[in-house]
Amino acid sequence: MSAKNTKNAVSKGKGKKNDLPSSEERSAETAHPDHIFPVVLTSATQELFGCRADVDVTGDDPYRLLKKQDIIQDMKTRAAVSDFSPVKQAVLDYPEDEILLVFDRDFTYGQSFYLVLTEEAKENLLKPPAEEKDEEDEGEELSEMTVPKTPEQQPWVSLGSEREIEEESVMDTRPRLRYKISRARREFGAPVRFSDCGAAKLKDCFVECGSYQDKSLSIRRMEKQCGVQAVPSTQSSSTQTVWKYPRNMCTQYEPRELDPEEKENILQSENLKNFLNSVTARLELAIQQNVILNVFVDDWWALGEEDAAFGGKADTHLKEYQSFTDLHYSKDKTISFINWHPTITGVIAVSVAERLSFEERIDSSTKHLLNPALILFWSFSDPINPQVVLWDVSGHVERLQGTRGGAGGRSISNRNPRAFEEKPENGPPVVCYCAVSGIENGHKGPVTDIQWLPDTFEVSRTGTPLENKNQISVQIVTCAPDGCVMFWDLRAPRVVAQPLIDKKQKIEEKILENPHGVPNTFKHLDLTWKPLTRVTLPKVDTNGEYSGLKFSLRESSNSSAVLDKSVTGAERQEHPGYALLRVPSAKHSRQLENICTKFYVGTEDGELVYTDWKLEKDNDSGRLFSPKPTNCFRVHDGQVNTLLRSPFFKDILLSVGGWNFAVWKEGAKNGPIILSSCSEKRCTVGFWSLTRPAVFFIGKEDGNLEVWDLLEKTHEPSQIQNVTTARITCIKPWVISSKQQLLAVSDHQGTLHILEVPRSLRHPLANEKWSVNRYFETEVERLIYFEKRQEMRAREKREMEAAEQKRKMEAGSMVMKRGEELEEEALKEFEEYRTLEKHILKNLGLLPEAQDTFDD
Amino acid sequence: MAKVEETLKRIQSQKGVQGIIIVNAEGIPIKTTMDNSSTVQYAGLIHQLMMKARSTVRDLDPQNDLTFLRVRSKKNEIMIAPDKDYFLIVIQNPTE
Repeated sequence: MSAKNTKNAVSKGKGKKNDLPSSEERSAETAHPDHIFPVVLTSATQELFGCRADVDVTGDDPYRLLKKQDIIQDMKTRAAVSDFSPVKQAVLDYPEDEILLVFDRDFTYGQSFYLVLTEEAKENLLKPPAEEKDEEDEGEELSEMTVPKTPEQQPWVSLGSEREIEEESVMDTRPRLRYKISRARREFGAPVRFSDCGAAKLKDCFVECGSYQDKSLSIRRMEKQCGVQAVPSTQSSSTQTVWKYPRNMCTQYEPRELDPEEKENILQSENLKNFLNSVTARLELAIQQNVILNVFVDDWWALGEEDAAFGGKADTHLKEYQSFTDLHYSKDKTISFINWHPTITGVIAVSVAERLSFEERIDSSTKHLLNPALILFWSFSDPINPQVVLWDVSGHVERLQGTRGGAGGRSISNRNPRAFEEKPENGPPVVCYCAVSGIENGHKGPVTDIQWLPDTFEVSRTGTPLENKNQISVQIVTCAPDGCVMFWDLRAPRVVAQPLIDKKQKIEEKILENPHGVPNTFKHLDLTWKPLTRVTLPKVDTNGEYSGLKFSLRESSNSSAVLDKSVTGAERQEHPGYALLRVPSAKHSRQLENICTKFYVGTEDGELVYTDWKLEKDNDSGRLFSPKPTNCFRVHDGQVNTLLRSPFFKDILLSVGGWNFAVWKEGAKNGPIILSSCSEKRCTVGFWSLTRPAVFFIGKEDGNLEVWDLLEKTHEPSQIQNVTTARITCIKPWVISSKQQLLAVSDHQGTLHILEVPRSLRHPLANEKWSVNRYFETEVERLIYFEKRQEMRAREKREMEAAEQKRKMEAGSMVMKRGEELEEEALKEFEEYRTLEKHILKNLGLLPEAQDTFDD
Repeated sequence: MAKVEETLKRIQSQKGVQGIIIVNAEGIPIKTTMDNSSTVQYAGLIHQLMMKARSTVRDLDPQNDLTFLRVRSKKNEIMIAPDKDYFLIVIQNPTE
């Protein structure tokens, strides 16, 4: 309080006599704030208070708290001599007991010590001594720095606010009245009774001022502010329709077409001509652009394709995928044919036969009856056990007549899975064949080749191709070395005989039980099957017949040609069963013109025969007979064991036989377009690759599998790989997917090897088909050129001979003439000689006759 | 008539051309070198495509008009040359 008062007094003093004290202060004390009072302390005083300079107090520790009482005491003791006398009043007024003495080493305030006179400053100094350092500022800022928080009071300028303040302020307008209420002492604590009294009773006790309507207060509101918001009013509602009568509706439409007359009119109109004129130029430009350059070709992709052909060697070999042998069924036997199941992937059928030579067969024919040859079905999921085993009746080899026709029956049950009846037994089920041809009707030699006719056409009795109404394959062609090719039909022949006998036969047939649970599908053929047509192969030059081993038709089931099915208009139906089908009369079905009826036959002697199966009518006797073949080529040294068409070109054939193979083009009548050189080992079988037009496989006698690539090398195989130690009997490739192709190779020992075809052998090169086509064309041209050259040479030779002949003739006549001349000349010489002799003799005088005339 | 035939033959003789169809403004084929079912299918579908393309071009710029439309697919290329009353469709197989 006192400090504050002091401060206020000081500041008020300062405020009122603002100018003077500040200048006084400035002149008197060299610029120090008012709460700092510099003192000079003598050494005695310093010792007394324990604040000797540089001993007790130093620059680092300049603060000393002195007790006020001590200072007062000192002042009392030494009176005027005391160092503290100038600050006597301030010290007395100081509120606290301790006053801060600061050693002023730097003489900032003029003396070596100063006293801090206010609490605030003391605190400031003691606590944050850093603020003191700023007190070196001079002038007006001193006032700010000394009291940093409170601003300096400015002289107040009256601006007329005092009146307002006076008006607003509440002040007593009169002295306050004091009332003192007292009660007589004797009434303290006495019971008091209160009672109610109504205000109306005591009229003069109160003043009522009732409410009245003050006019000044009833103001009519003339303006009113109000806000309006527009809100859309929504209302939800629903309806339901009633579908009283459900009814399906559909629309059928067909495209609009113009009548032919209208079309004619339009075509004649000028409008169209102008249109075409204007439009053709643009179109031709666009078409030619496309032909010149394919702008969308991906160069990287095309480049990568070619590179793959020259890729790593490791990938070009056929890898062994799996191999099948069965100890029970196929040991010591040979596989004669393999075929992949066309729809079920991973199932392959293998026919197994005893490997005995012909003589051995005949010798042990009786044994064979008990040991029949089989067809095994292998599936990839079970490499050890064959799945289904079919019986084959090939034991009756000494009766080389019709039993091999049973091969036909067997293969029918092959192709028709519906005809199977599989009896689950302990081992693989054994299924028996369905039908066997009649013994006298079948072939007289073992059937070596058998093929289905495609379902697009069928053949009549005379060999003309007819339209096939049922769209299923019902006819088979077989070939045997007995010199004829037979066409068989699966359907029952037309009923010619009397119905009575037929009925009896039917009843009898019904009574016959089915042995081995063989299904009834081909019962109508069993033992009575006759071929539909028989085509013989008479030799071209001599009498006799060719003994064909393999044949190849132009239209086969494997080919991808599809006749326009819309022409027939028939759709594929479930065929009612072979027993119900009947061979139609040739008159009812339509003849198909564009089926090629010529085919190739490979014979036992290594010849290739090209002939026609349509029977011709002999004009003299009216019988039907087979025409002579058009071409016959002797090319192979041994039996022809393979005759196959390329899957890409309908007219290119591969024939393998003996020690070489040949590639033929149908239509090139001069010879094979490619004939390989004789190899060291026999070629046993060949097959075209299914995906690459230029590649085919040849199997050899020593178990080697040769891969020939016509675009790479034509004089030797591009790759040879050994597959097995025994002779290779059959090769069949099969495409599983676009990434996998398998090659089934069977050998003489009864093992079936499945090899995987590497990418380089299964992926066709860019334009491979076109390149191969070109290659074949050049070969054909070469053949033609060859022939032409031969003709030319023949002609030249004839000419040369004629010329020589003429010369000889002339030479002969010249000789005769000269003879006469010579004689004349000789005579002349003789005459001359005679004269000469005469002359000499005369000179010598030795002439005997004319000697007498001779004188010396 | 001969002129029309001659023009068509000329176009047909170009390399790779598989078929030509002349269609009128409504999409009804007038003359064709392909079989009936394909012709009708092509005419109907391409007529709609051509109308759409033409309206697109004209919407973007009313002064503009479609002169030629080429549809390139994996197997072949369809070229459509429109006009006021007719349009001509040519199917070509550009690569061999």
